[in-house]
Amino acid sequence: MDNAVKPVLIVKLAKEALFTFVIALIVLGPISGLVLEGFSFRTELARALSLAAVVAAGRVLISFLLGTRICSRALQRFNRNSGGGVTVRKGDEKFPYAVIALVFMAGLSFPFFADKYILGVAILALIYVLLGLGLNIVVGLAGLLDLGFVAFYAVGAYLLALGSQYIGLGFWSALLIAPFLAGFCGMILAFPVLRMHGDYLAIVTLGFGEIIRLVLTNWLEFTGGPNGAPAPAPTFLGLEFTRTARQGGVPFHEYFGIPYSADYKFWFIYIVLFLVVSGVVYSVHRLRAMPLGRLWEALREDEIACRSLGVNHVFTKLSAFMLGASTGGLAGVFFAVHQGFVNPTSFTFFESALILAIVVLGGLGSTFGVILAALVLTILPEVLRDFAEYRVLVFGILMVVMMIWKPRGLVRITRPAFFPSSKSVVEISTNQALEVGR
Amino acid sequence: MDFYILAQQLVNGITLGAIYGLIAVGYTMVYGVIRMINFAHGDVYMVSAYIAAITLAVLHFFGVQSVPFALITVLVITCVITGFYGWSIERVAYRPLRGSTKLAPLISAIGISLMLQSYVQIAQGARDQGVPVLISGAFRLGSDRDFVQITYMQVVILAASFIAMAILTYVINHTQIGRQCRATQQNRGISAILGVNTDRIISTVFVIGAGTAAVGGTLVTINYGSFNFFIGFVMGIKAFTAAVLGGIGSLPGAILGGLLLGLTEALFAGYVSTDYKDVFAFALLIIILFFRPYGLMGQPEIQKV
Repeated sequence: MDNAVKPVLIVKLAKEALFTFVIALIVLGPISGLVLEGFSFRTELARALSLAAVVAAGRVLISFLLGTRICSRALQRFNRNSGGGVTVRKGDEKFPYAVIALVFMAGLSFPFFADKYILGVAILALIYVLLGLGLNIVVGLAGLLDLGFVAFYAVGAYLLALGSQYIGLGFWSALLIAPFLAGFCGMILAFPVLRMHGDYLAIVTLGFGEIIRLVLTNWLEFTGGPNGAPAPAPTFLGLEFTRTARQGGVPFHEYFGIPYSADYKFWFIYIVLFLVVSGVVYSVHRLRAMPLGRLWEALREDEIACRSLGVNHVFTKLSAFMLGASTGGLAGVFFAVHQGFVNPTSFTFFESALILAIVVLGGLGSTFGVILAALVLTILPEVLRDFAEYRVLVFGILMVVMMIWKPRGLVRITRPAFFPSSKSVVEISTNQALEVGR
Repeated sequence: MDFYILAQQLVNGITLGAIYGLIAVGYTMVYGVIRMINFAHGDVYMVSAYIAAITLAVLHFFGVQSVPFALITVLVITCVITGFYGWSIERVAYRPLRGSTKLAPLISAIGISLMLQSYVQIAQGARDQGVPVLISGAFRLGSDRDFVQITYMQVVILAASFIAMAILTYVINHTQIGRQCRATQQNRGISAILGVNTDRIISTVFVIGAGTAAVGGTLVTINYGSFNFFIGFVMGIKAFTAAVLGGIGSLPGAILGGLLLGLTEALFAGYVSTDYKDVFAFALLIIILFFRPYGLMGQPEIQKV
């Protein structure tokens, strides 16, 4: 950088800093600087000033980094190498069977090494992986913004709790019914909305999530209202995980002749949950290669083009929405059986936003990214309990930053091959991975 | 006797509806110019409620006793500061996303909404806040036993909403900026070619939307006296329902939709159930979208290729 440019840059930065500082002070000052206490207030001037200063400093730092040549070049290179476009597979890549099998075995044997607390966190993390995978079908693959995803989660959870209360459903029957019930709810909700403008879906699902929560809270006689409802413990082939079984039953540990431990129940939940998550991952992987999955992504990219080519957009979107809802219902059953108790406070809008944050940070559409984001976003708050207050704030900031910086996610999306993996076909077509720019 | 209950519900409904209308203006105008639902709008309303209460507390601290003076000062200061919120949100979260994917601005808006809620919660605490009663007393029409009560506060709300709407309608229909807004709404590209600074117009629209939401927020705060960091969520959905009911993108539609929603909700609360009045509003939204997605006064949107 030559010397003539430098003073100009500094003046520009100083102006920017002053401007940002003043605006930040006007915007953030009243709320952070004057704290209401009853009908009076106390001043926190230092906090307001430092907050505005931090915002201004951040702005200057970003402009400075973008202004210098080295940084902009580094950023360019980084942008070129990750995210942005889509890599389409050639079809002759080796599928990493060994790695997948290793991860699968490691995941399956995890409970034998973990203590009860870690296992609890792992179960919760896997529930969010399941929720993230479900929402990823809707938001990531089909491009439909669903802000009431937690409603389907609630449907699954309450199906187990109320089903056992009124018609004697158990864990397994609830696990089988939940996807269908949640999918059916999704269909009823989405069918009218999917025909029109995409943005409407977001607000309708938001309203629907709130309707479900309000009904669960207010319908005291049926759902137990704010007090919630108990959910039954799981059984394995009809064997219970309690110390002594109910009348006529044999508890799990007696049947197998092993000493009693309260952890068996959680081991069991973990293993079933892990198998279900693996099944969903596999299904999503297969779906993306199937015509239906390709239609989802095509519709996300250009709806008008798809419709003019004769794609039934309502059916395609509906299938994505229902599959997503079904996955949410499954997660709900696991949540209920793990907690042993459900109440409406578990199904607020924050939960929907958290799941959306998982999908967005995981990189809309990438299964691997979503799993990673779900694990990080559920395990990190456990580690950083002191900063729990700031969790939502950080999620919000991350969502905005992600959308500005990398609207298609951190992980570069790879798309399954368009042609069979036979060697001859590959040679006829291109030898390089197709680059579809965004 | 029944007549008086009905009349009372109608009065309450119209007051509520005026507020919904004021907040719906923000949704409808932003949708008009950039075809995007500003999810953070409900939280801008929430922020304005806090700013109004803080301004009131500051005025009280300096010993301002005159109620009309306090009311007008609070309205003006709240509008200005909330307008800055609207401007900064557009600048930070939406402008960099022009021409990005369809989903990006929506997710960014959710992010802003979470940020605002969390920011207010951290800065001001999670508990409910309150403001003192500023205007008490009421008109009573009818006999001693059966009467319709119109509080002075309701009169103030109606008057303030009416004035705000009148100013807004004048600005949109008769000024240079209003003309540019309408041009941008019709066709952004052509407007830019003809010399309209569309970026500035979009910012202006956000400021206007935030400002009218601030009028609503101030009036609600002074009327009900109690608020928390989460009020923006339900209010946001309801105001959006009002905007869709009237036809999103249409200014008179937003006012009409607000009044209709307020009336039907008050009648539902009065005759059916108060527990489910929010459910009613959300269900109404789904029903409108099913039968008349372009609302009462909107035009069906034709997508050109």
